This record gives sequence, C-alpha cells and structure tokens, in this order.
Amino acid sequence: MTQEVPPPYTALTRHPMMPRVDHDEAARFNFLANFNRYLSGTIGAGNKLAYEKRVLPAFRAEHGRDPQHRNEIRKAMNRDPWHRMWSALKRNSMELRQHNGRQTTLRQLDQLDALARQFNAHSGQLELDPAVAQPHYQTAVDIHCQPGGYHTEERAGDVAAGANYDVGIFATTGGAMGALNDGGGAAVAEWAKRAHPDFRPKRILDIGATVGHNALPIAQAFPDAEVIAIDTAGASLRYGAARAAGLGVKNIRFVQASGEDLSRWPDGYFDWVQTTMFLHELSGKALPKVLGEASRVLAPGGLIFHIEQPEYSDAMPLYEQFMRDWDAFNNNEPFWSSMHAFDLKDVIARAGFPRDAQFEVGVRAVVDRTIFPDAPSGEAEDYGRAAVWNAYGAWKPLAQVAAA
Amino acid sequence: MSDDAPLDWIARAGKRAKGKRPEYFDDPAIDRLLSLATALASEVSVLRERLDTVERLLEAGGSLERRAIEEYVPDTAAGYERGVATKAYIARIMRGYQQEVEALEAADPPVQDWVEKLARE
Repeated sequence: MTQEVPPPYTALTRHPMMPRVDHDEAARFNFLANFNRYLSGTIGAGNKLAYEKRVLPAFRAEHGRDPQHRNEIRKAMNRDPWHRMWSALKRNSMELRQHNGRQTTLRQLDQLDALARQFNAHSGQLELDPAVAQPHYQTAVDIHCQPGGYHTEERAGDVAAGANYDVGIFATTGGAMGALNDGGGAAVAEWAKRAHPDFRPKRILDIGATVGHNALPIAQAFPDAEVIAIDTAGASLRYGAARAAGLGVKNIRFVQASGEDLSRWPDGYFDWVQTTMFLHELSGKALPKVLGEASRVLAPGGLIFHIEQPEYSDAMPLYEQFMRDWDAFNNNEPFWSSMHAFDLKDVIARAGFPRDAQFEVGVRAVVDRTIFPDAPSGEAEDYGRAAVWNAYGAWKPLAQVAAA
Repeated sequence: MSDDAPLDWIARAGKRAKGKRPEYFDDPAIDRLLSLATALASEVSVLRERLDTVERLLEAGGSLERRAIEEYVPDTAAGYERGVATKAYIARIMRGYQQEVEALEAADPPVQDWVEKLARE
C-alpha cells in the first residue's frame, strides 16, 4: 500500500544562501513535516468530534441555543481536554521548528553573513533604508512564533531572520511548497501566464515580500519586467536579496520600505502590485492604507493581486471559522482573526477598485509533483499552512484616468 | 558591525517568541512536560533516521566515513521508505491520542458496566 508522506528535506534545492544542514538537522525537519501532517490529518478529526459530541451539546444545554460566533466556539473548545492537548502539541511543533531552524542558522551565521555581504555588495539588488520604522503590528508579538519576528537582528547587518525563515518553512508546510519553498509565487506566475497571456507588465511591486520566496517566481516568469520587492524588515531583505542573487535572478530589487508609504514611487508607476499571504500581518488601520497606496501607484489597466486564506463569510460554518482562527491565538498572528472577518472585496472597492473590476480565484501551490505532494485539503487541511489559497484580484479601471 | 563577537548559538537559538504563550493545561508542569516529550519524540526519530543512513551506507559500501552520513542524500525510493518509517513511528508514539479520537467516535460505556451486565445476562 502506497503511503502519503512528505518528501525528504534533502529534496529542497540547496541554493547558495540556503543554510547547510547536517544529517540530523535534516532529520529534525523530516520529523516535523511528518508530525504536522499527523496533527492536522490523522488526529485533527478529534477536534470536530469533541465539538460535536460534547462541546456543542454542553453549550446548548447551558445557553439554550447554538453558538452564534466563532469566539463562542473558541471559548468553549478551550475548556475541552482534547482540544487543549491537540493545541499544545501543535504549539510545540511550531516552537520546535523555530528552535531547530535557529540552531542550524546561528551555528553558521558567520559564513551566511559573509556570503550575503558578498552577494549584496556585487549585485546592487539590495537597498536598505534604516529610517524605515518597524510598524507596531510587526513588533507587538513575534509573528508565527518566529523569535525576533522578521525584523530583529542577532547582530548588526546579519541575515539570521531570513535564513531561519527559509531553512524551516519546509517543516511548517509539510513540504508542500516545492524545492525552493516558492509554490505560492509559482502559482501566481502560472495563473497570470495562463489566464492573461497578453499581460506584459513592465514594473511589478511585491509588498511584504520578506525573503522573496513568492516574488522570485514572478520575476522569473516575466524576465523583461523590473520587480521591486519591499518589506519593512531589513533583516529579511538582506537574506532575500542575497538569495535572489545566488539563484541568478537579476530583475528583482529588494527595497526597505513600508507598504503604508509608497511615496517614493509616483502615481501609476507599476503595472502589477502583488501581496502574498501578507495582508493578515497588518492591522485594521494599516490594511486600507496599504491598499490605498497600492491603488495609487498602480497604472490604469494594471493588476492588483492578493493571495490570502479565504475570508470568513457567512457561508463558512462557524466551526471552520474557529479552526481557521487557531493561528491568531496560538501562533502569534494577532490580525489573522479580524482580517479574515473583513469583507476584503469591500476594502478593495474602497481603495478604488469597483466590485465589477474585481475577481476571485482559487490558487494551489505549483510545485514539482513528482517529488512534492499535493497539499491536503478539505477535512485534513492544515488551516493557515496549507498550500491552497484564495486570490483576490482587480484590474484598475481605465475610466479613473478620465475622471481624475 | 560586531562580526568578531562570538555568538553563543546554542543559547541564542532557544530564544522565546515575543507574545504570551497560551497555558494549555491547568497545571503548568504538564505544559513543560509535553514540550520535553515532543522534543524527545523528535530526537528519537532523528536517531532512527541516522541509523537507517548508517545501515544503507554499510550495506552499499561495507564500511563508511562519518562524513558520508552527513552528506547522504536518499534517492526517491529511500526517501519514501524513510518517510513511511517516520510516519509509522509517529503513529506508534501517538497511539494514545489517536485512540482517544477513535473513542470519541465510539463512546464505549465503562467496562465496569459490561462486567455488571454480563454477570446478569
């Protein structure tokens, strides 16, 4: 009988900037990739069973009605012994991933820093601006339990934050993101090529790019375009720029800037503004600002494309909303819950993209299926980590030019 | 730049993430013990995988240098076999959890009920 198992860690591409892993470091990630699938797949069903068999009946007995909000379910489930144990296991798995990644990265940080400095000095693909402040929504907690977040330096000018992110994301996603952990960006590029074969963007902006996993495939798919990948976190950009140079992708630059303030770029400068799994890391006030700026720098006829987890619409069962919300409370994703409760289409509309200019498509990671498996979906989906997303897109109306 | 300052990678790697950690159990000792058990489970898996590497290299070459272990890259078939072995290992150590899920589905009465019932029927 064939078994569904993650690919071995050694199937990842060892690009020049990727931290080297010894035998046991790879084996630790192999364990976690497999273990995470077990938690979300094999025993993940226990959560729904606990809910239906005892938590929901107890709630009905106590309140004389069904839960009306995912928060009510969360409060009730957080008292359930099964859900507590399952959550504790999952939290530990996240912490192990970080610890393993940091050990691997920090023990060789001298070499990684030296290599990055070399790449970045020669490529001209990195532009840091120390005046860019880290927004409070990035520093309130360390997002997805990565110690120091995306932005903290271990020492001046180091690449640890980006390197740790790159070396361990395999474990978090169960190996579903492909050999370069770029299945998301590859999916975006593939969609653009397939759905809009005549689209020839000259300038592309990726906001919240971190190490550029998802921006690089776009740059590779559109070699004549100039891609600018921005982030507030210099510690991640340093690694990302060196990673791109190491992979020989030259038409991309990593620029330290905030999506809330794109004032260095004029109106209508870009033909495509992209965000990939980024909007949920903002705040209620920052989200419309970022989308407003994205709209301003986008040329009429240009594309905005946001890859996100699906929003919590009324059609989504409350129990699923509660499960998708796990990361907000257990994996340091503080904007996750409120973000996915927004009507994103409405926020996009207010940023200047009327509903009839918008579209929504489902996107699944594009990876080499001979080595990297399809991401589990449905009941076994690892909510928040599965390589399946919703994309919210819009074409900027040409009419806005006339109206302006 | 402080490149010359030695970096204590073991101490620094264990840094906690900012943000209060949820307390999953009423007794914090259980939280700590579960962290220990999860890490040990991972390390046993690592040992098993290392032994598998040693066995494969010995079988292929009759003797080996330690460097060969560090540089070992399983081919597709070996990668799959090791993935299955890890999956089966996880299933063994996680039996208690998996059977709790099964019990949630079945909802057996306590065996004591049967003891009393069978004495009567």
